[in-house]
Amino acid sequence: MVRELVVLSGKGGTGKTSLAASFAVLARHRVVADCDVDAADLHLVLAPRLRERHEFRSGDLAVIRPDVCTACGDCLALCRFDAIRKGADGHAEAGFRVDPLACEGCGVCARFCPVGAVELRERVCGEWMVSETRCGPLVHARLAIGSGSSGKLVSTVRQAARQLAEAHGDALVIVDGPPGIGCPAIAALTGASRLLAVAEPTVSGEHDLDRLLVLARHFDVPVSVCVNKWDVNPGMTERIERRAGRAGAGVVGRVRQDPAVSRAQVRGRAIVETGAAAADDVRRLWDRLRSRLEEPGRGQTDRREREGPTDGPWQPAVEGH
Amino acid sequence: MILGVASGKGGTGKTTVAVSLARVLGSAVQLLDCDVEEPNDRLFLDGRLREAQVVTVPVPRVDEVACDGCGECGRFCRFHAIVAVDGPPLVFPELCHGCGGCIRVCPRGALHETPRRIGVVEVLDAGPVTLVEGRLDVGAALVPPLVRAVKAHRAGDRPAILDAPPGRSCAVIETLRGADAVVLVTEPTPFGLNDLAQALAVARELGLSCGVVVNRVGIGDDRVQAFCRENAVPVLAELPDDRRIAEAGSRGEPLVDALPEYRGVFRSILEGATRLAEKGSGSW
Repeated sequence: MVRELVVLSGKGGTGKTSLAASFAVLARHRVVADCDVDAADLHLVLAPRLRERHEFRSGDLAVIRPDVCTACGDCLALCRFDAIRKGADGHAEAGFRVDPLACEGCGVCARFCPVGAVELRERVCGEWMVSETRCGPLVHARLAIGSGSSGKLVSTVRQAARQLAEAHGDALVIVDGPPGIGCPAIAALTGASRLLAVAEPTVSGEHDLDRLLVLARHFDVPVSVCVNKWDVNPGMTERIERRAGRAGAGVVGRVRQDPAVSRAQVRGRAIVETGAAAADDVRRLWDRLRSRLEEPGRGQTDRREREGPTDGPWQPAVEGH
Repeated sequence: MILGVASGKGGTGKTTVAVSLARVLGSAVQLLDCDVEEPNDRLFLDGRLREAQVVTVPVPRVDEVACDGCGECGRFCRFHAIVAVDGPPLVFPELCHGCGGCIRVCPRGALHETPRRIGVVEVLDAGPVTLVEGRLDVGAALVPPLVRAVKAHRAGDRPAILDAPPGRSCAVIETLRGADAVVLVTEPTPFGLNDLAQALAVARELGLSCGVVVNRVGIGDDRVQAFCRENAVPVLAELPDDRRIAEAGSRGEPLVDALPEYRGVFRSILEGATRLAEKGSGSW
């Protein structure tokens, strides 16, 4: 069975992508999925060689034909998304047009236009790619500006990664997730084997982690927690770790603040590909995490600090992939 | 003047910048926290709750006596939020966008709208700052209506700062629509640069003039500044990689209160943003 590790944080910028890149280096038998489709960055470290590119089509866009529109205004009155604008393209005063950034493609205007002036056109909402990297296959994507389909694109990327993992003898899927707790975060989380919640020791980090832990419980996904840049505020780190423990999430490690992390990023390297002090923290974190990953079943919360790491069922027979 | 504070990448310092801009503005400023998935502005402001509003979206409810199971509603709905197979339809409220189409197409008037809660908007008084915070319920996925509800609390005659969510999706568009200028906050790293390029594309798609604040200067390289020069985007300010800033932020203290020597930097960001807005149409 394919196992999926999802890295989320609630708050942005806590180090999800840097950690996911390091896990991709350490895991060996894995497929990597960049599900932060709003702001994908993993490719900047993993240097992908493109293999496949797919258009991502989702939903519809209403388009008003200016030659048919009689400017009756019915669509303006019916649209719940303020997507109808006065002044048809190329027709100075009369008629209406649709703001593509506001249109949700519900089809109400098309259905109720008395003269049939509105067409629905299938919408290209981005693209998704499969690439080869030094850390195995990478599935990644780019969302079109203003798209309301980020959750669907996340699901598409995850599904493609799972299929690749099955084809590669049940490799581990490492999912680099989006910030927040809304549609794309939910799409990244549901049905995953385990969530790694990356917190930072700040009031915002604490607050956002709390909401993420509630979300994980809602979707019955077991959680491990780590605190990144823990030494920025050691007192807050301890507070976050206690809260995580009370919420039933195991604490799997701390990563120190280390300027080498940004320097590695500038050189297109994961931190564990350098000799930095933080790299040792990340390796220890990974060892604990992979022992949690092999625990059976979803819906289980793990106890704090279990026994040490053991080899998981997805560990490779051969290196490569 | 309505000033958006946005970034492609999360964690670059949007909240730090938005709160500090509000604190140095002095006049009766409104700070609208539109990052409704993870609203953080209130953690930095000592506010007193003035008003709370539950935000709902309309979803259909089926009158099973009136329904004859014709299935027209299910055929119309493009979001699969109402599904009819033999008999009265099933409603999946979490998929519903609230367009109202099913209610209109039902030939028997068997569908009615009922409110479904997605979050709250709270208004807080924090000295001269009025904070309007949107907070999505955990498990709810529909962000744009909540952002619209936050922005509906804006009083037109007062300056407003919009703290946007990260990214480039519909939630960001909904936040920045109608702003007079946008401050894009980034950091000088490859991730920061890549995401700044995305955020700039969003702002330009909306026709907004924007400037950049580079945060934590010194941690990476200088390609962000070079990118800004090449794309004719003004750098309004650079904030150094000062551990005291990170520590103040970790404790929930507004930067300009914890470290008053930075007040001048934020005043100059405001001046720069005002000039940008004047290039558009707004004024303070």
